[in-house]
Amino acid sequence: MISSRVLCIVCPLGCQIEVKEKDGKLSFHGGCARGKSYAKQEVTYPCRMVTTTVSIRGGEIPRLPVRTSRPFPKDRILALMEFLRSFEVEAPVKRGEVLFRNLLGTGIDLIATRTIHRLEKEGEDSREA
Amino acid sequence: MPKFVEAEVVVIGGGPAGMAAALSAWEYGMRKIFLLERNAHLGGILNQCIHPGFGLHIFGEELTGPEYAERYMEALGRTGVEVLTDTTVLEVHKDRAVVAVNRGGIWIFHPQAVVFAMGCRERTRGMIRLPGTRPAGIFTAGCAQYLVNVEGYLPGKRVVILGSGDIGLIMARRLTLEGVKVEAVVEIRPTLSGLLRNYVQCLQDFHIPLLLSHTVFEVLGQERVEGVLVGEVDAKGKPKGRLRHIPCDTLLLSVGLIPEVELLKRAGIPLCSSSGGPFVDEDFACDVPGFFACGNVVAVFDLVDYVTRSAERVGKRISEGLRDEKPPLILVPGKGVAAIVPQRIRERREGFLYVRPKESLRKAKLSLVQQGRELYHVSVPLCRPGEMIHLEISQIPWPKERKEVEVVLEGEKHVDLFSGALYCMSSGMSD
Repeated sequence: MISSRVLCIVCPLGCQIEVKEKDGKLSFHGGCARGKSYAKQEVTYPCRMVTTTVSIRGGEIPRLPVRTSRPFPKDRILALMEFLRSFEVEAPVKRGEVLFRNLLGTGIDLIATRTIHRLEKEGEDSREA
Repeated sequence: MPKFVEAEVVVIGGGPAGMAAALSAWEYGMRKIFLLERNAHLGGILNQCIHPGFGLHIFGEELTGPEYAERYMEALGRTGVEVLTDTTVLEVHKDRAVVAVNRGGIWIFHPQAVVFAMGCRERTRGMIRLPGTRPAGIFTAGCAQYLVNVEGYLPGKRVVILGSGDIGLIMARRLTLEGVKVEAVVEIRPTLSGLLRNYVQCLQDFHIPLLLSHTVFEVLGQERVEGVLVGEVDAKGKPKGRLRHIPCDTLLLSVGLIPEVELLKRAGIPLCSSSGGPFVDEDFACDVPGFFACGNVVAVFDLVDYVTRSAERVGKRISEGLRDEKPPLILVPGKGVAAIVPQRIRERREGFLYVRPKESLRKAKLSLVQQGRELYHVSVPLCRPGEMIHLEISQIPWPKERKEVEVVLEGEKHVDLFSGALYCMSSGMSD
């Protein structure tokens, strides 16, 4: 039998929920119904919304903030970050724009979270903007 | 020659509070509104807060900071509010003259109403009297957040974070994702300062140790930070046991925020010692007629949604003009309460009363007391210093008597379940 503990963050109470596995069946101890469903997600397929920045060429600022379109599998977040390190976009970019589809084969997309205009003056360092 | 400008409203600061205040003034019929922002872009601190969690109360969805800010920028674009970026306000005078400077020169605005929306700033090393050398590599958490998220620089490779406020927790995750090693988050108090959610998703997810009841006793290194000496403190904050050396090249400070009130001081606006900002009423009007303040310059709010809500109250009041007011009912923080906003109640009696608990309590009772008589109470199952309690002002039976009303919070001491577990984890760390 395997058991683990999940600290519930559904509401501010912060209950500790104990999850036990026996013969492939999960049982939950402590917490409310919403908490138990959160705990189930956490022990079976934990996901997190990933937010970071990527390089943007020709923009008024040098970094473009982005997010995943849906919560991303937690165990692949570092692989996603590695992929995004070499990812670059060209200004202008509009908030909500899909920058990349199907990240690492998950079916989850990369979305811009800020509108960045193209820097008007040629040859000016984008950091000056 | 300075440019003299007559205006109805001048809003100082183009972050979430200033943008919502300018919009609110426009909605209530003001037409000569100036929004002054010292940076090149509107949005304030939201531009560097690229993580999600904004807007659940206002929009019913979870947005990132830049997304939240852009919604207000777009709304402003549909109004005639005059936005001046790269514009710094130098002085505000008692007669409401606002002196500002930008590339066009010096401006002197003469508005009927001034709205302060400058937000807050971070407490620094000097304010916590952190001993040791003065090498490069010590940043406030928000400054590091700006460097990473907007400029694209990493502040270092091995980091210790002092203070468990939300910005510190969020930076622990952000830096880890960028390949930086976060050695520990060190918190002098026995409890977490930030939200539990941020503890789980920013520290637990990446196995970053949280050292509660610990602090940094010394910074080491000459040119650059080389490490910190960390040790446990007792209930009175005195050192206990031996110090351990954590090698690192960077120390981030997440040790609190304070309202940025320099302009208010010069304008002679009365300030509240418990919130750090000006005294305000339920419409966020200051004690001096014609002056308003909203957002984090009033008191540091937990959520941007509360900041926006505070700013949305000013438009209606401004549109009613400056009339002589009856003296307001005065609220003061009592036992168990660190700060309250607003501290004055006038005739409107709408909006929210925000209460900052002093410590974590369960089965608590929040009550309003006048001359020993309880006017109103509400039960609070659980409260923490990191989360404000808010009450609807309209639900409270306000007394006719103009005597001071005390806000009191009583209950059983609460220790978060995870605190004990963490403590074991922290003692397991090697020297």
